[in-house]
Amino acid sequence: MNNRFSLSMRIFHWAMAALLISLLSAGLLMVQSLEPWQITILGLHKSFGVLAAILVIIRLLNRFRNMVPDLPSDLSALQKAIARLSHVLLYGFMLAMPISGYLMQYAAGRPVEVFSLFRLPASLSVDIQTYSIFRELHGWLALFLMALICLHAVAALHHHFVRKDNVLKSML
Amino acid sequence: MKTIFMLGLVLPCIALAQQPSKVTPQQFVNLQEGDIVHKGFRRAHAKGICISGEFLSNGSLTKYTHAKVFEKGSTPFIGRFSIAGSNPSAPDLKAPVRSMALSFATSATQQWRVAMNTPPVMAVSDPHTFYQQIIAIKAGPEAIQKFFKDHPESQDFLNWKSSYQPSGSFAAETYNSINAFYLINEQDEKQAVRWHMRPTLTATPEGLKGEDALQQELQQRLAKEDIVFDWVYTLATEADNENDPARAWPNSRQQITAGQLVIRDWQFQLKGECHSINYDPLVLPEGIEPTADPILRARSGAYAESYRRRAREVLNGALEANSNE
Ligand code: HEM
Ligand code: HEM
Ligand code: HEM
Repeated sequence: MNNRFSLSMRIFHWAMAALLISLLSAGLLMVQSLEPWQITILGLHKSFGVLAAILVIIRLLNRFRNMVPDLPSDLSALQKAIARLSHVLLYGFMLAMPISGYLMQYAAGRPVEVFSLFRLPASLSVDIQTYSIFRELHGWLALFLMALICLHAVAALHHHFVRKDNVLKSML
Repeated sequence: MKTIFMLGLVLPCIALAQQPSKVTPQQFVNLQEGDIVHKGFRRAHAKGICISGEFLSNGSLTKYTHAKVFEKGSTPFIGRFSIAGSNPSAPDLKAPVRSMALSFATSATQQWRVAMNTPPVMAVSDPHTFYQQIIAIKAGPEAIQKFFKDHPESQDFLNWKSSYQPSGSFAAETYNSINAFYLINEQDEKQAVRWHMRPTLTATPEGLKGEDALQQELQQRLAKEDIVFDWVYTLATEADNENDPARAWPNSRQQITAGQLVIRDWQFQLKGECHSINYDPLVLPEGIEPTADPILRARSGAYAESYRRRAREVLNGALEANSNE
């Protein structure tokens, strides 16, 4: 049993992978659009972004309750450290993206509507400098996250097709 | 398995590669800011002055909307009078369009931004044609004549233009929402509306002079008295297309005065809070929703791009020299 992630962890992984890739694509598309769907996608982006923040917290809590498969023993200590670091970074970005998104909206005085269910508060007085910090952060973090996801996926495929070890299978 | 992974990676890339063949917010804002970028300032309506006061609602719109601002009572606002154009020191009296913007922060979850202009309608119905119109304006009188000839939808705009006489005060203009919105009531019923701010005084431009003529007139006026506007809502009927900002609605449409806007004070824009605010008309409280008007829906993306640029410049200190003067 120790060579596979638990079912809950696998579901979290793939559901959130799809969610994060969708949020990134939607983000990049919507900021380049003047079309009538732009504000619709923007609204969904914020709602699903808040959902992603909630999910990643539950996911982290769940992770600490579960056993995690060992990395292949033929990896060097350095490789293992890099693998672990990349996962910590992925979790970090999954938290930092929605937090920077929300704080950007907070500073700009724009309440965030979540799936027409409720609204998150925004500042009553606008602070353009704080807005700018989080707006730029949101954009830069997104670029780094995309690069990291590519590395992460390439590494997974490398394990599977080149090293032919158990790493990708452990997440399937 | 391999193909599934490849698809998962490749599909989003294909989606991203679908470069919009239409004008993007970046292109639009590039056109608006022109060749000389005034760092830290809005890329449109760059010259303006902060105003503040309150909206005194008489409660007559509560049948149509559950937005808090329209309950009987008063809501403070931070607003801005401005002129169209990207130059923050342009001469007031040369601008073809004057504007009023308002921000109501009713509560942390209910905020509303309004940005209105002197024309009651747009000359065109979608942002891409509007882009072409701005290119024609920049190219000169012949190009814009030709543009209007090629775009019969500009007729209502041209009718307004031929009868419009600029007044001698920001306080004496009529400011229009141009785009239509839906009012939503407790029963979830929708009513399409446009609105305008109707001045309660007249003023001629005679004797006004100087680059900042309108701002000075406003300062002198507010030193003596409050400025009052009636906030008038026009209700659309089945016969009106609420999604076309170029078409005027007949004068016979029912109008409701929602209350009075009272302006009590002013500040230079770099000293006041209005300069930090992005008056994006799609920041709406519960009880008001956007129509499908393509111009209205294009505004959010363009305003965000302008705001991002100027916010970054402000962060980098672009306005420090100005505000110490
Ligand atoms: C994991 C979650 C999220 C991801 C991956 C994500 C990703 C992105 C990306 C890639 C962009 C385009 C960036 C650019 O052009 O520089 C973007 C823009 C944006 N995001 Fe997010 N986002 C997330 C969560 C959120 C949340 C929770 C909010 C707000 C509550 C939010 C609000 C925005 C806004 C308002 C923009 C557009 C800003 C503009 O037009 O200037 N995002 N996001
Ligand atoms: C797109 C293709 C993807 C593939 C093929 C993939 C594959 C994998 C594999 C095989 C593992 C297990 C690594 C190990 O044994 O240590 C893993 C773990 C992980 N993946 Fe992905 N992944 C993908 C996308 C993503 C995305 C988009 C994210 C989030 C942004 C993500 C976040 C994570 C995290 C945080 C872990 C560590 C799990 C833990 O140990 O708690 N993955 N992934
Ligand atoms: C597709 C159409 C439009 C585009 C692309 C556009 C673009 C812009 C941009 C980029 C700004 C600067 C935003 C900022 O940096 O804060 C702006 C400001 C403004 N716009 Fe528009 N606009 C459009 C239509 C309209 C319409 C229809 C009206 C009037 C009803 C209007 C009234 C205003 C006003 C009053 C301001 C200044 C608000 C303030 O004082 O901050 N705009 N516009």
